[in-house]
Formats: sequence, C-alpha cells, structure tokens
Amino acid sequence: MQVTTMAEWAARGETPEILFWVGCSGSYDQRAQKITRAFATILDKAGVRYAILGKEEACTGDPARRAGNEFLFQMMAYQNIQTLNNYGVKKIVTACPHCFNILGNEYPELGGRYEVIHHTTFLQQLIDEGKIRIKESGPFKGKRITYHDSCYLGRGNDIYEAPRKVLEALDAELVEMKRCRSKGLCCGAGGAQMFKEEEKGTTRINFERSHEAVGTGAGVIAAACPFCNTMLTDGVKQEEKEETVKVMDIAELIASSIA
Amino acid sequence: MLLFQQIVFIPVLVLAIYLFVRKIRRVRRNILLGKDEDYSGDSGRRWKNLLLLAFGQKKMFRNPLVAVMHFVIYAGFIIINIEVLEIMVDGILGTHRLFSGFLGPVYIGLIDGFEVLAVGVFLACVIFLSRRNIVKLRRFISHDLDGWPRSDANYILLTEIVLMTLFLTMNAADTLLQSRGYGHYGLHLTGDFLFSHWLHPLLNGWSSAALVVLERVCWWLHILGILAFLNYLPYSKHLHILLAFPNAYYARLQPEGKLRNMPAVQNEVLYAMQPETAPPAPADGSAAPPPRFGAKDVFDLSWRNLLDAYSCTECGRCSAACPANLTGKVLSPRKIMMSTRDRLEEVGRNIDANGKFTDDGKTLLDYISVEELRACTSCNACVEECPVSISPLEIIVEMRRALIMEDSNAPQEWNALFSNIENNFAPWKFSPDDRDGWTAEG
Repeated sequence: MQVTTMAEWAARGETPEILFWVGCSGSYDQRAQKITRAFATILDKAGVRYAILGKEEACTGDPARRAGNEFLFQMMAYQNIQTLNNYGVKKIVTACPHCFNILGNEYPELGGRYEVIHHTTFLQQLIDEGKIRIKESGPFKGKRITYHDSCYLGRGNDIYEAPRKVLEALDAELVEMKRCRSKGLCCGAGGAQMFKEEEKGTTRINFERSHEAVGTGAGVIAAACPFCNTMLTDGVKQEEKEETVKVMDIAELIASSIA
Repeated sequence: MLLFQQIVFIPVLVLAIYLFVRKIRRVRRNILLGKDEDYSGDSGRRWKNLLLLAFGQKKMFRNPLVAVMHFVIYAGFIIINIEVLEIMVDGILGTHRLFSGFLGPVYIGLIDGFEVLAVGVFLACVIFLSRRNIVKLRRFISHDLDGWPRSDANYILLTEIVLMTLFLTMNAADTLLQSRGYGHYGLHLTGDFLFSHWLHPLLNGWSSAALVVLERVCWWLHILGILAFLNYLPYSKHLHILLAFPNAYYARLQPEGKLRNMPAVQNEVLYAMQPETAPPAPADGSAAPPPRFGAKDVFDLSWRNLLDAYSCTECGRCSAACPANLTGKVLSPRKIMMSTRDRLEEVGRNIDANGKFTDDGKTLLDYISVEELRACTSCNACVEECPVSISPLEIIVEMRRALIMEDSNAPQEWNALFSNIENNFAPWKFSPDDRDGWTAEG
C-alpha cells in the first residue's frame, strides 16, 4: 500500500494533518502489521492526510525505561524528539498504548510536546464526524464481542469509553469480563515482561486473562494494543479455542466493517 | 474519689500525649530521610482529594458493603471522640458528664447517636474479624501477613470491640445509678440511652456501690484503652487513620501511566549528544559526587514513597488485584510497602542508637528480592486499588533502575532487548531499513 513518509511530505513542501506513529510491534511483528495496515486503510478511506516516519522512526524507549534502563530510554527519546521536532510534528496518532503513553506523558518534559491520540479515540472521532460509515449488516453485527482493557490506555490514561464506543458502532453484542475497566486484568506483557520469560508462578498471566475472556462466550476478543493481542492470542491457543475465538484489534474490526 | 481521679488522670494524659508526640516526630524524621520531591502546587485539587479519598473514602466504595462497614468504624471512631473529649475534660476537672449540664436534650441525642455508632462499630469489627479468621479471604491468609502483621490486625479489631463494650457498660451502669438517685449520679439525670439500657437486666441485681465501681472501672479502662491505642498506632498498620490524610493530599495527580523522570540521566545524555550544553568542569578539579541511579535503600526513595510506606494498612487490595500475585509469582505489592516500612524502621532504630545512620551492611534489597521486582508488569492495578493513594509501582521502578544502572543486573533476555533497541532501534533484531516493510504487502 502507498504510504507517504514525513520526508516525502516535506520534500513536496506540504504538511500532513497527523503523523501515524506505527511503533515497533506494528512495524515488525507479522500479526501486528495486519493491524497497522487495517488502520492505514481506514485513514485512507476517511481521507485523512497522514504521514509515517518510515525508517526514521525508532523505539520510544518504553520497554527499556520500564525495565530500569533510563540511559537507553533517554537516548531513544532524545533521538525521536529531534526527528519529530525537525519535522515540526504537532499531532500524533498511534495504535500502540505504550507509545501513546510515553509520547503523550513522558516526552513533554524532555522537550517533545505533541498532541498524542490513541487510535481508538481517533476512530471514535472519525465515526462521530461521519468520516467513516459502518455497514448496515457488517460481519460483526449481533456477534458477541468482549473488550480487553489495555493497562496503558485504561488505568494508565483513563481511556475506557472510546474503544467501547467504537465497538458499539459495529452493532455487536458487547459483553464485559468480570475484571474490566479500572479493574481490568493485565495481559502480562507490560513493564518489559514481553521481552523475557515470566517469573516462576502457578500459571501465566495471559493464560489467566484469556481463560476469563474465553469464558464470556465471545467469538471475538477485541484488543487495542499489539502486545495484548500477542499475549491473548497465545492464551486462546492454550485454551484450544483458536478455531472459534479470534483476537482482533479494534482497527481490524472497523476496517472490515466500513461501508 | 474525683480528686483522686484528677491526680492520677492528668499525669497519665500528659505522659500518653508526650510519648505519642515523641514517636510521631520520629516517624516524621524517618519519612524525611527520603529524597526531596516536589509536590507543591495544585492545592485546590489536593484539598479535593483529601476530602474525597480520605474523609469520603471514595476508593473503599469499589466494594460498597465493606465500605459501609469500614465507614461505620471510621465515623464511630471520629465521632465518639467527642465523647472522649468529655471524658478527658471530666478527668481533668474532676467532674462527671460535664456536657450534660449545658447541652441538655442535645446531650442525650448525642449520646444516643454515639451508642448507635458504638453498636455499629462492635458489629462491623465482629464481621471484620470473621472475614480474617473464619471466612479467610485470600488477601488475609496471604503469607505477607505471617507473624506480627496478622496479630496486629486482630488486636486492633479486638481492642475496638472491648472499647465499645466498655463505653456501653459505663452508660448502662451510670443510667441505672441515676434511676436509683445514687450519689452524684442522681444529679445528672439523662435518662436511659438508646442501646445501653439493654444491659440493665444484667446489672439490676448489683448493689449501687458495685455499680459505681463498675462504672468507674469502665470509665478508666475506656480512656486508658484509648490512650494506649493512641500510642500503639505508630507501631501498627493502623497508623493509616492519621496518615491517610496527608497521603491523600499528596496523591499523585499525573496520569498513572507516567513514570518519574530522571533529570540527572536526561542531562548526561544531552551533554553526550550536544557537548556544548555541558556546564564547564569546576576549576579545582572537584566534581559533584555521582548520583545513585535508582534506589537500593530507603534513602534513595523520595519522602513521598516513605510516607506511602507508613500509610499502608496492609489491607492487600493491591496484591489481590496484582496479575503477578494472582498467578503465583512472589511479587506482592503489599509486601513491597511492608518491606519498605520495615527497613525504614530499622534505619530509624539505627539512628536512635547511634545518633546518625551507621552502615549496617544492609539495604532494601535484603528485604525485597530481585525476583519480586522482575515480576511486575507495571499495569498499575495496585496503584488503582489502593484506598489511601499509595504507589508500590514507583518503588519497584526505582529499584529496577538501580539493578540495571548500578549493578548491571538484568536477565539475559533484557540485555538482548537493550542491545537491540540500541543497535536496531527496535526491541527485536530487525533491520531499521525494514521498518516500513509493512507497506509492501497487502
């Protein structure tokens, strides 16, 4: 698909409305790449003039900082802020709650001040403004969907409603897990756990959460974070439910339901 | 009789207050061993938090039934203090039910109200004791509480039950003596109170002299119990009834997802990238001592973290919500707070004994293991649940920082993670040139 980079916009002497910060998972992880393409497709359909940084994007430093490596985080932040400020970026949308949190909350005091929006909030805006329309009888109409709150969206930044509002637009049957919203159970990936073996325990966190999600009887577990997506997909396999229960990002659900 | 009461009561009261103030000053000194951290400003929001989180116990209402019972104990405790005030004034002046004289019918209403609360506190404490010892809720049977902490919780509940019983018995004996017109009791006719007269059938057979002894014994035990409890507080998890207030006032106002910045590291990176921004080295060759990165001991945490440690009442809502704890990892956010307080108390005793802190060869890492720190997903469930605005996560992150930056202590996979981020600008070993590879397909 055709996506214009910030450098290309600049070469044309034009400025995009918004920068789509893809993030490492969305760039490299094969499963998450599908989420990235789904969201880019929606942006195209909605006629949003957006850019990506392309090869100039680098890890925000989130896993390094949460693991305790502040030096590495500060180096990554310095580099990214230089890039973003050179292009005069004002507004960023990202499909990764970790990038969203760190760009929005932790870059400002280092000199990187941008309006940062998570893609679920952005999708809600596009729907509210009528820029995208959902099919009358889309593939998820009447289907049972449960939403898994990402910690970095929910507790981290108090975003509980936007993802649910977007899901409501699908006209699906939304069911909540017992542990939802501010009581939502982590998928187990945060705090750089994604990049190491879990510590010794009686079970894995993603198994515990996926068991709960599968227990709702939903055919779709909706996620809003590429890391939650990976963890829950593994957990659903553990439950041997991968044939009947799909873990999908909210952007994918919308992309396949657009009129 | 009343003169004797005055002679004994006043020194006891003065001693109790003196000991309490001395201990609280030590707690304050210990908290201030922490590093400075700016929590000034936003006083409007802070007062609102104090009212909602501390007075209103907003977070407790995540479980409404427990919240109501807890609120009864709390309101009972605060409001019955008005009665305690009368007891103290009576004790000092050698009077009896001083307030009944000028409050008249209002006084009876007040005491009736106190009796309602006393019965409420009594019942709530019985239920809370059974939750701990009979129903055995998971968070109460956790090994975090083995030994003293579990006894501490039970002692507090039992003490409250005893104090309430003494208060009701005292009123029952008093009103019975009034009805008999006995001695000075007959001069303060208040009539029966709401609940305590139910005890009259038990006491009717007693002689008036015996009732006077009973009434006085209850009076003394009640007030001595309260003064003892006051001095027990600073040694107990129950200190939260005081520190919940400053802890709510100093609640973190930023989004939970935001981590505390490290300006020292920020500047080092800046000076490395843009050497012209670095301040000139001092001419005399002296350089500022290198800061410690992260926390190895309580001195490296901020006063805010140490205030958290003293505010924790070990309820375990944090650990009950912690994904690591729920799946059998050794991490328990409650234990992080208890360990921090234990170490801080140890440091405090060291200072009391030596005048200033003398190296004891220990650190907070002797109390909190690397495995505990490694299990955290930074999900903020513990922070969200805490009714008194504690952040165990902040301590975990500070200690992780020291493990990595001071001790280069990281699991192999994390070292690979760091090296990938540094060299490939992504946590995995992919080429930066392929970052836009997703555009090629689909």
